[in-house]
Amino acid sequence: MNQFQYVRPTKQKAAIDAFGREADTQFIAGGTNLLDLMKRGVMNPTKLVDINRLPLDRIDRDKGTLLIGALALNSTVAEHPQVRQLHPLLGQALSAGASAQLRNMATVGGNMLQRTRCYYFYDTAMPCNKREPGSGCGALEGYNRMHAIFGFSDKCIAVHPSDMSVALVALDATVLVSGPKGDRRIPFGGLHRLPGDTPQRDTNLEPGELITAVSIPDNPFTKNVHYLKVRERASYAFALVSVAAALHIENNVIRDARLAMGGVAHKPWRLTEAEKSLIGKLATEATFRQAADVAMQGARAFKHNAYKLKMAPNSIIQALKQAAAVA
Amino acid sequence: MKDLFFKDGVIGDPMNRVDGRLKVTGGARYSAEYELPGLVHSALVGSTIAKGRITSIDTKAAERAPGVMAVITHVNSIKVPGFAASAHPSEPSTIGQPLRVFYDEKIYFNDQPVAIVVADTLERARYAAGLVKVQYAAEQHQTSFDANTSRAVLPTSAKRNPKSPLADYDRGQTNAFQTAPVKLEAEYVIPSEMHNPMELQAIVAHWEAADKLTVYDKVQAVKGTQKAFAKDWKIPEENVKVIATFVGGAFGNGLHNWPHETAAIIAAKMVGRPVKLMLTREQMFTMVGYRPHAWQRVGIGATPDGKLVGITHEATGQTSSYEEFTESTLQQTRMMYQSPNVTTRYRILPLDVSTPIWMRGPGEATGAFALESALDELSYLLNIDPIELRLRNYTDQDPEKNLPWSTKFLKECYQMGADRIGWNKRPAKPGTLRDGDWLVGYGMGVGTFGANRRPAKARARLLANGTVLLQSATTDIGPGTGTVMVQIAADALGLPPKAIVFELGNSTFPEAPSQGGSATVASVGSAVVAACAELKKKLLELGGPGFSGAKPEDVTINSRVQMRAYNSSLPLEIGLRTNASVKVSYSDVLQRNGGQEVEVVGEGRPGNERQKYSMYSFSVHFAEVKVHTMTGEVRVTKMVSCADAGTIVNHKTAGNQMIGGAVGGIGMALTEAAVIDHRFGRYVTKDFAEYHVPVQADAPAIEVAFVDKPDLLVDPMGTKGIGEIAIIGVAPAIANAVFNATGKRIRELPITPDKLI
Ligand SMILES: Cc1cc2nc3c(=O)[nH]c(=O)nc-3n(C[C@H](O)[C@H](O)[C@H](O)COP(=O)(O)OP(=O)(O)OC[C@H]3O[C@@H](n4cnc5c(N)ncnc54)[C@H](O)[C@@H]3O)c2cc1C
Repeated sequence: MNQFQYVRPTKQKAAIDAFGREADTQFIAGGTNLLDLMKRGVMNPTKLVDINRLPLDRIDRDKGTLLIGALALNSTVAEHPQVRQLHPLLGQALSAGASAQLRNMATVGGNMLQRTRCYYFYDTAMPCNKREPGSGCGALEGYNRMHAIFGFSDKCIAVHPSDMSVALVALDATVLVSGPKGDRRIPFGGLHRLPGDTPQRDTNLEPGELITAVSIPDNPFTKNVHYLKVRERASYAFALVSVAAALHIENNVIRDARLAMGGVAHKPWRLTEAEKSLIGKLATEATFRQAADVAMQGARAFKHNAYKLKMAPNSIIQALKQAAAVA
Repeated sequence: MKDLFFKDGVIGDPMNRVDGRLKVTGGARYSAEYELPGLVHSALVGSTIAKGRITSIDTKAAERAPGVMAVITHVNSIKVPGFAASAHPSEPSTIGQPLRVFYDEKIYFNDQPVAIVVADTLERARYAAGLVKVQYAAEQHQTSFDANTSRAVLPTSAKRNPKSPLADYDRGQTNAFQTAPVKLEAEYVIPSEMHNPMELQAIVAHWEAADKLTVYDKVQAVKGTQKAFAKDWKIPEENVKVIATFVGGAFGNGLHNWPHETAAIIAAKMVGRPVKLMLTREQMFTMVGYRPHAWQRVGIGATPDGKLVGITHEATGQTSSYEEFTESTLQQTRMMYQSPNVTTRYRILPLDVSTPIWMRGPGEATGAFALESALDELSYLLNIDPIELRLRNYTDQDPEKNLPWSTKFLKECYQMGADRIGWNKRPAKPGTLRDGDWLVGYGMGVGTFGANRRPAKARARLLANGTVLLQSATTDIGPGTGTVMVQIAADALGLPPKAIVFELGNSTFPEAPSQGGSATVASVGSAVVAACAELKKKLLELGGPGFSGAKPEDVTINSRVQMRAYNSSLPLEIGLRTNASVKVSYSDVLQRNGGQEVEVVGEGRPGNERQKYSMYSFSVHFAEVKVHTMTGEVRVTKMVSCADAGTIVNHKTAGNQMIGGAVGGIGMALTEAAVIDHRFGRYVTKDFAEYHVPVQADAPAIEVAFVDKPDLLVDPMGTKGIGEIAIIGVAPAIANAVFNATGKRIRELPITPDKLI
């Protein structure tokens, strides 16, 4: 680990000012991702702005939305009564992530900004355009079992590993940020980006922009929801594929639907077309199959991840069945 | 059971571990926790190529970094005097030349240590290690097993000795399975697996004088390590002291001495201070051994009524380019079933990787995956229940050695396991039992391992306070060695366990073998029994007139006192079981012993019974699994492991061993794979996020059942080893259950969801 400066402001403005203009400053929240990356030399910030003293951990109702502070812990949010009541999908997704110990440290802001788990990103002795632009993509011709089937580029085929983000993109959340140029709101689907030619940039945040909260509008998805995570062990593993499914069903007819996948792209992958295909239909397995077909359009696999082309649609069907409680 | 050897004793009791409290309160000291005066820290720099030469090393920035005391590379390292210049000497665990650390510019595997940085703090050492710049001239490496199968060779030891168990073996006709009316041939593959004990490999190396070395080292063999380092440094064995009082798991990777140990010893010598080196988790994947990637082919044939006609079993395991690591992958095939014709062929494949080493159930666990899967496949072809098929080929004597078994209670294991798992629920036709979205299946697999025993010594001293102190240079890597030795000694002396203290993990203690090959209880336990007998004999000699003519086994250490002896000042008396009126106080005995506490050394060693009997432990594992029809996920929902392991000295610690082995087997079957990207010759799955050891949620209720019948031909306690058979046969039990659930036969481990979807 490199030497770095460390500051721990107590005011939001001080934190943003402390970030300054230096490109290699990082905010640190729970540290469960950033510290690992620093120990391995993957990220080498020269300055850390510890934001844990900022008053950003509240969870509040606010004008038809639920506002979750960026420093609220993953475990707190997962078990929060209003989250469980209003957005059970989010609670399920959070509980499916990492381990109890990690969830007790990890924050909402840190979770959405956690970096890919691509093997090549993590090993400084191997090429990775995300870590070292221009060095090449190790995964493209390498061991790409965990990698993307949607939205990749020839520069990067990594996936975004967060479970929580899959639920948030499905629930039309908005990210509240505050930066040197003021405050702004980013629809969750616009937070993360596809790799294109600049895979070193995971998100559309500007340097020094601090996530202060995430806001979720009220919705009818309080009952028929399911977060399905397929992984190689029963707990404490990243998703091979995950699906966030939320249905609003009346008289067995789907009135509204939200669907997103994790483990398939550089960003949480919202399935808008598949959602549309569900609306107005009966909540049956046949309906779900056809939605899965729509969802998979344009998917393409690499040498070691072809299984996702089957696992992903299967998981969509399974998640929708469980959300709808269709046997 | 008890009345065969020990009467009314504590053998068999599920006694708590004698060191349990120390372990859970942090009082147990592990290798990295010896804070010696002047201790400094260190970090390794590993190569980033798999084969080639170092052309230059720039250490300037590292040397200038704060707190750095030395940056040691092949350029400036002192040369270890015992490193052979070119020849390939043999050493116990492997044939070949263990990596000569900082010896020259050659690179043999990726992440090979090329420098060690010594600094005043760990953080500074690690930081400076990142500043060392190494240039290489890379050569084309070969790390891919599949791309190099044609280069597999017969191991040197088999070439030298055609009777070696590694040599080609033909019983009856070669490849006779091909002539059988019902037959199959299939290939099986396992990836490399890492031991990954909880405790990281760590050493504190301390030169107490120019020719006197003490190491606090995470090893399974304090004596073996002492000998290895004495040879390396050309100093007398007694000048090397190895301490491993507590070992936080090892599973075999402490059975060899590794580059990091020598690196720390070199560093300690060069900086003149005790040096601590602890590997990182990622380094645990690259330089301290692993279960080698292996390819196997089994041909098996039978008559329509299920009598085996022949088995042909070929296996190739990977090794490094500088050491020949071998294991007994094909042993079970040669002795487990009554087949008139058996052909085995074992090969090793040298690659540009680090040397593998025995990992729990070494070889046998690999071999059993193929053999026990193939038997299962055969059972479906024959339409005979897998247990019935095994019973039809049961052997009442060892068909390889043509010797009677010392004991074999395998039929009992089949029965106990079948009852407990509910074998009658197993569908004869695969893929037919459902529970909602899940398919349900049952499978079983058999394991065996030699009931090994090696010579060992133990010292016993009767302290004036009535405690008997026992010492032996064995180790306890987690099975509870110290605890069961206390139980054995307690019964041998007729004392309560609290009156016994057993010390281990110190090379100054009497010689004992490495803790490997499931041989510790049989070996060291026998030494403890011998030491206790010697102690009684000595007490009899010193007892005075009343004791003359009495038998040593009748000597008692006074029972009134013994109950409180370990914390009381009551006088300790020596008496005779046969005559209550004969007594002598221990202070008199001490006087007759020149004021010295009575101390003896006992030795146990196997005799010629091993020429007359074949000795094995046996296990049968049963698994119930569920496989998700949509996602391909496998969940083991129940396991039963049954073992014929002789006398069970402690049902709690023995049960722990079985459960641990079963969980390890779940990892082998379903989750664990150390993957190399062959373009770089580097591991890609090298931390706990990407290399999946099973977690609590993967382990179902695991029921353990022991036959618990003594084998008094193996050792005086009647024990046979447990550690290995706990895992051997588990992976095929699960793979067979997956087939029973789904009709899909997965012959390449691990069985991850992608293979089933
Ligand atoms: C072994 C392991 C297994 C895991 N398994 C899973 C899993 O299955 N599913 C899953 O979803 N996650 C998993 N995780 C990841 C875990 O969820 C993240 O590490 C965690 O959520 C990150 O939160 P943090 O607060 O610790 O972030 P930090 O490590 O503190 O920060 C992460 C990044 O976010 C930035 N950041 C943090 N807060 C803010 C803010 N408010 N504004 C701007 N930038 C900010 C930091 O600068 C840093 O770049 C796993 C992690 C580990 C180590």
